[in-house]
Amino acid sequence: MSFLLSCPNCGPRDVNEFACAGEVTSRPQATPDMRGLTDYVYFRRNAAGVQREWWYHRFGCELWFLADRDTRTNEVLKTELPQASAETPAAQ
Amino acid sequence: MRLPEQPNEQIDRTRPVRFFFRGRTVEGFEGDTIGSALFASGQRVLSRSFKYHRRRGLLCGSGGCANCMMRVDGVPNVRVCVEPVREGAQVEAQNVLGSLEYDLLAAVDHFGGPFTPVGFYYRTMIRPRSMWPVYEKVLRNIAGLGRLDKHAGRARRFDTEHRRAEVLVIGGGRSGREAARSAAAAGRQVVLVDERGFPAGESDDFEVLAPARAIGIYEGGLVPVDAGSVLYRFRAERIVVATGALEQPLVFPGNDLVGVYLPEAVRRLVDEWSLKPGERAVIVSADDRGLALADQLQRAGTNVVESIDLRSAPPRQLAAHGHRGRLSGVVVDGRELVCDMLVMSGGRQPAYSLLAQAGARIEFDAGRGIFVPSDLPPNVEAVGSVAGEVEPAAVPAASYNGADEVGRCFVCVCEDVTEKDMKRAIAEGFDSIELAKRYTTVTMGPCQGRLCHVPSIRMFAREHETDEATIGTTTARPPWAPVSLGLLAGRGHEPAKRTSIHHRHEEAGATMMWTGFWRRAHSYEHAGNEALNVHRTVGVIDVSTLGKLLVQGPDAARFLELLYPNRFGDMKIGRIRYGVLGTDAGRIMDDGTIARLGEDKYYVTTTSTGADTVIEWFEWWNAVWGLDVETINLTGSLAAVNVAGPRSRELLGRLADFDTSNEGISYLDAKEVFVAGVPCLILRIGFVGELGYELHFSSPYGEYMWDTLLEYGADLGIRPFGLEPQRILRLEKMHILVGQDTDSESNVLEAGMPWIAKLDKDDFVGKWALEHVQERGFREQLVGFEMTDGVVPVEGGQIVLGGESAGRVTSARLSPQLGRAIGMAWVRPELAHEGAEIEIRVNGGAASARVRLKPFFDPEGERLRS
Repeated sequence: MSFLLSCPNCGPRDVNEFACAGEVTSRPQATPDMRGLTDYVYFRRNAAGVQREWWYHRFGCELWFLADRDTRTNEVLKTELPQASAETPAAQ
Repeated sequence: MRLPEQPNEQIDRTRPVRFFFRGRTVEGFEGDTIGSALFASGQRVLSRSFKYHRRRGLLCGSGGCANCMMRVDGVPNVRVCVEPVREGAQVEAQNVLGSLEYDLLAAVDHFGGPFTPVGFYYRTMIRPRSMWPVYEKVLRNIAGLGRLDKHAGRARRFDTEHRRAEVLVIGGGRSGREAARSAAAAGRQVVLVDERGFPAGESDDFEVLAPARAIGIYEGGLVPVDAGSVLYRFRAERIVVATGALEQPLVFPGNDLVGVYLPEAVRRLVDEWSLKPGERAVIVSADDRGLALADQLQRAGTNVVESIDLRSAPPRQLAAHGHRGRLSGVVVDGRELVCDMLVMSGGRQPAYSLLAQAGARIEFDAGRGIFVPSDLPPNVEAVGSVAGEVEPAAVPAASYNGADEVGRCFVCVCEDVTEKDMKRAIAEGFDSIELAKRYTTVTMGPCQGRLCHVPSIRMFAREHETDEATIGTTTARPPWAPVSLGLLAGRGHEPAKRTSIHHRHEEAGATMMWTGFWRRAHSYEHAGNEALNVHRTVGVIDVSTLGKLLVQGPDAARFLELLYPNRFGDMKIGRIRYGVLGTDAGRIMDDGTIARLGEDKYYVTTTSTGADTVIEWFEWWNAVWGLDVETINLTGSLAAVNVAGPRSRELLGRLADFDTSNEGISYLDAKEVFVAGVPCLILRIGFVGELGYELHFSSPYGEYMWDTLLEYGADLGIRPFGLEPQRILRLEKMHILVGQDTDSESNVLEAGMPWIAKLDKDDFVGKWALEHVQERGFREQLVGFEMTDGVVPVEGGQIVLGGESAGRVTSARLSPQLGRAIGMAWVRPELAHEGAEIEIRVNGGAASARVRLKPFFDPEGERLRS
């Protein structure tokens, strides 16, 4: 991987400066049943296409942000700061 | 030896340069390459070929092929035709057993047999199976090109530099320079990369990197540039590829003989180095470039015996023969022409490889017989010959290997792949050019297809009775130019974190060890004695490596209660609580202490190796929650020491500005105080099981604090202790080490810490998983054990019950204080009761042990609280 990723703080930077934390997951609003819990914790869509992902500017400004990336081409359609929302850190 | 001065000669005859080859001195001039100076000295054979060990000499003369690769000053595979001469260099032949003239391995060429056909190692050398180690040893010695200098590891230093350019021009020929000039004139910042090494002109308003080679165009327009000892990683807004075109060889028997040249080699010999390339020349050319050399050769005194224009009179048969690897004549349609040099020119092929890597489409132009790039990706541009601006040439026949088997007919000189090998691969069913390439290794040698790509496709097409467009090209991949592994690896980095007290540990003779990136003292003299000293008097350990975070803001309590299974909102200011951090899968990820320093202010410590992960975790969750809280990483700015042992209070009393009595500071109290005049946060905690105080203070005071404690504690018997004694001490208390006693399946309930998890809280990370564990019941539990016969089992050792596995050991040590071997282990729930008898596999046998649930030492924690 050698594409550029645009940090909402720092602008386009080499992808090696970032840590990718995988596709966004949605934390259940209320106590889930067993199926709901394992879906949330372990299952991923692993899309071949545009995927919404968590990224962390580890060797930069240390900001967490979201990116829409096409997993087939590594084209990043947009990056943005998270809104308080249902998109939550990966549970594992 | 040299010709009279030539109009464009590159040598400076007033400045001789001497180097060594096979024990003798070779003299050249400034401006010579090692190859041209050797040529001037009469040396024609420069290498032995990859597989057959055939003699090889100058062929392309422009650094493209493998024919002139030699070892220079210990560096293998140097292309001497482009390597400038330097005073005192040691030049050696490579890939020979003996000398260039008498190479014992040349037997392969003469006898052939099972060794010669392509892929022989897949077929010949697999039987009998038991012989493989012998075959392998022999093959290892013969295979490959060049030999590494085992002692050269640190002889050269390589670096990587990240650079940007508005316009990056690759190739410094006419078109490349024009493109660079016009972009610079338009006010763009331009960098031009040129492999030949011509500097920027006086009026050029752009930077020139030379000699340097772009080795690929990667995703995101990343262009690594090999500049010798520096690898530039270029990011450019626009990439202009001006890599020109490559002269193509002809395929005929004997086309690898020494004395067969491509036009550029001959031009440079005469023009740049003023050398007479031979006495009698034959020119076989499909374009004007080859024919144009006739005049030049005549002027240099070479007799041009015959010029054959493949466009007007293509011969049916063409074969070269030689003596001792050197060309001695050419047979053209039955006519014998005596000559000592042959110029072959199969037209020029655009050097599109970088463009293909960048994503361009490569199409065959049947009219001109060349592959041309099209559909360039945005921000990539092709100028000059690489874009297809080459004069049309006749499409040469795929090969001139007629009915007579006159000699080997090479498609690929780097890998010694002959036309016969290619045909054989096709006969064996390799009907795709990509697969045939992998099987025969054609185009996979050092030239990366510069000379063999097009001829191999042409041959393939003819054998399949189809056209080149149908066959298509193989995938272009980096590196486009050979690159040394040292350059890719860069400088050897071994980053280490050291605490501000580090030098004191070294001065005290501590054995240092790695824990993550940290360097820590394992022990100073004897781990067991250091542990005992903590029990008896007082010890001090550097714990500056602990992660230290300040969490503050109106939502601090809520934030921590959402992250940890613990409750923190009910803590009094100045109190400490042990916390275990978990994930939504219920897994234990870290542990540490949380001290409440104010209404909205908490001080959180983490494990030494978990600090970075924990702070990322905190910030990740708050990116979602958006709570009014901030996390400040104080790990590097604060030093910390743990003063522990029954006499630690007495020591502290001598240095403190506060009441150090048990009432003044009780177990799990946190206070901001002065110790030895230094502002400290003091935490009374007991990881090692004795009365103890952790002092956290500004890093620069590290050595002062360390020295003061040792000085004021000398009469009390103070001694520093390392990580290993600390591990013994914590095990005596059954305090877990995250990552040692826990793994990706461990949760706080089964790890024996149910009081941590406040399942009545509305929500926290991991709550649902822990509820599930409670519902399903325990599958295994973390317990302590003590050995009955004193033997220390290995960590990871199996616990056996009735011949079946019933658990595993996570920690085990000999406790000098208790005089017993103790440890911790995961066991089945039915074994998790006080006194349960278990067996542990030790050295292939079984040793008996008893389960213990309470700490081995001071089970009620009286010493901690005293």
